[in-house]
Amino acid sequence: MTLFLQYLVSGLATGSIYALVALGLALIYRSTRILNFAHGDITTAGTFMALTLLSLNLPWALAFLIAIIFGSGLAMAFYFCVLVPAQRREATHLGQIILTLGLGLILQGLVAYFGGTVPQSFPFPLSDIKIYNLGQVVVSELSLGTFFIGLLACLLFYLLVQKTRIGLAMRATSENLPAAQTMGIPTRKVLAFSWGLAALLGVIAGLFLAPALLLDPFFMLEPFLKGFAAAILGGLNSLPGAIVGGLILGVAESLAGGFISVAFKNTMAFVIIILVLLFRPEGLLGKEFKERV
Amino acid sequence: MDLIESYAEELQLIRRPWTRVWVGILLVALLLLPWYAQDSWIYIATVIFIYSVGALGQNLLIGYTGQISFAQSAFLAIGAFTFGHLARFGIPWPLGLLAAGVSAGLFGLVVGIPSLRLKGPYLAIATLGFGVAAYQVFVNSETLSGGRMGLIITKLSPLFGLSQLSFNYYFYFFIALFFTLLTYNIISSYMGRAFIAVRDNDIAAEVSGVNLTRYKLISFAISSFYTGVQGGLYGLFTGYLEPNMFTFMESVTLFVAVIIGGLASIEGSIFGAAFVILVPQILSDYKEMVPVVYGVTILLVLIFQPLGLYGMWFKTRLYFRNWPFR
Repeated sequence: MTLFLQYLVSGLATGSIYALVALGLALIYRSTRILNFAHGDITTAGTFMALTLLSLNLPWALAFLIAIIFGSGLAMAFYFCVLVPAQRREATHLGQIILTLGLGLILQGLVAYFGGTVPQSFPFPLSDIKIYNLGQVVVSELSLGTFFIGLLACLLFYLLVQKTRIGLAMRATSENLPAAQTMGIPTRKVLAFSWGLAALLGVIAGLFLAPALLLDPFFMLEPFLKGFAAAILGGLNSLPGAIVGGLILGVAESLAGGFISVAFKNTMAFVIIILVLLFRPEGLLGKEFKERV
Repeated sequence: MDLIESYAEELQLIRRPWTRVWVGILLVALLLLPWYAQDSWIYIATVIFIYSVGALGQNLLIGYTGQISFAQSAFLAIGAFTFGHLARFGIPWPLGLLAAGVSAGLFGLVVGIPSLRLKGPYLAIATLGFGVAAYQVFVNSETLSGGRMGLIITKLSPLFGLSQLSFNYYFYFFIALFFTLLTYNIISSYMGRAFIAVRDNDIAAEVSGVNLTRYKLISFAISSFYTGVQGGLYGLFTGYLEPNMFTFMESVTLFVAVIIGGLASIEGSIFGAAFVILVPQILSDYKEMVPVVYGVTILLVLIFQPLGLYGMWFKTRLYFRNWPFR
């Protein structure tokens, strides 16, 4: 039982990272119907920015802030400089998805060129080694911090989407683009804001993931794919679904790793993707869609 | 552009006499390549032939049928390891290649099943999930991957008194030629037209009597057959296999080849294969910049030239054909 609780707690910490990644993916998918294959690479670029600034002896709060702004800026620049011209030339949906893949490749190459491919450790204010005892369960300071930041970010995001004017505009835009335009919502700006917000959530996830792993240009690939799995599990269309999916995936993975086999831990996410898509493509909380051919 | 008056003319491989002339010149130039080119060129050309097979298969799926697949690395691995294990049991290479293609094709059928319910982005994720899962299975299973040392395959020994390099060149040249002609035939047959109908409008295709289930699955199976054969050829060429040769990047490379070469064009697939092989060769001092070049080319191609390199080639040809008119 203690073992079970232990896996549960460590699963929740990883799960909150997946939830943040999934939230970013779901946000972009909901508003533009684009799967953002560059999400992981934008995150990596932001995290490397933070590492560079930290090595210049900047205080970590400032470095993280600049890194987050940098990531969001990248995403917004991509939206305005690439996606909008492509949409003007009537690019298909598939074409736009491939464009994000192209951006991902560019960022991956640039990060490898400037940041180096050697894995580096990431200095972080919360320690991985300092440990708290909660009853019989042991939690590291880092996991605890990750979990709380994840929850906090989700909560703030919820308030932003549900209670503010810009959140209302975002919801309107994702619900019906032409209608939103007719009502005078500046949809381009709102969509750019969504891209920036998604990248922001991603960079936060990357910053909290980097100290647990070693930082190299490909360190986000696996968490990014798992974020995808989480978003699919919860339903790509649904924001609460992304959070629930992320937490479930984190816990399921941790339990599978503990009780079945460590090798199975990483494959779990992809088995989940295939099963969900086969049996319930709309995900746990997504709205049902039917297409029969 | 061309006025086609009979079905026999539609089925013709080459319609214009001048096209015959330059295709003939090209073939002769390629056949004589080992006599006048440097060794490194021959080597690169050989790798391009191997890649063209997979790019053709991927183009049949993405370009002609309009389905998307990021599972190519899995099919490559399945084909390569099937071939590798069979070769170690002493099975001759033609059978081994066939088995590599068939086993990849069977897995392609399995991956194709979600394509009946899922579209566009969802299909991309389902296939991506399969690709990564297969990679991890190969990494974690020593019996499949041949353990830490990898799988050693005996290479073909040269025949007809050719050097190893030129023998390889001719061997892969004829295989690539075979698959190119096969693809032309698939495209101009009923099956090819069914694929295009599915891509353009699946409901209309179904109404006109194309069995959607069957043709989507066939498309997946054929595409993964090609990719499996490419995997087998690759194993035969390098003489050695390990799971890390088949990461997600390998799917991306094939995908990039098709997009940059030109969707729904056979010549484009070969151009694309040449592109993804030549760029890393040219940039061998700046390995990190290779994905950047891929990415920038994708952005430029998708925004300015959706038909890819083939589109550029086509427009140039049209310009000269109509010259001095525009």
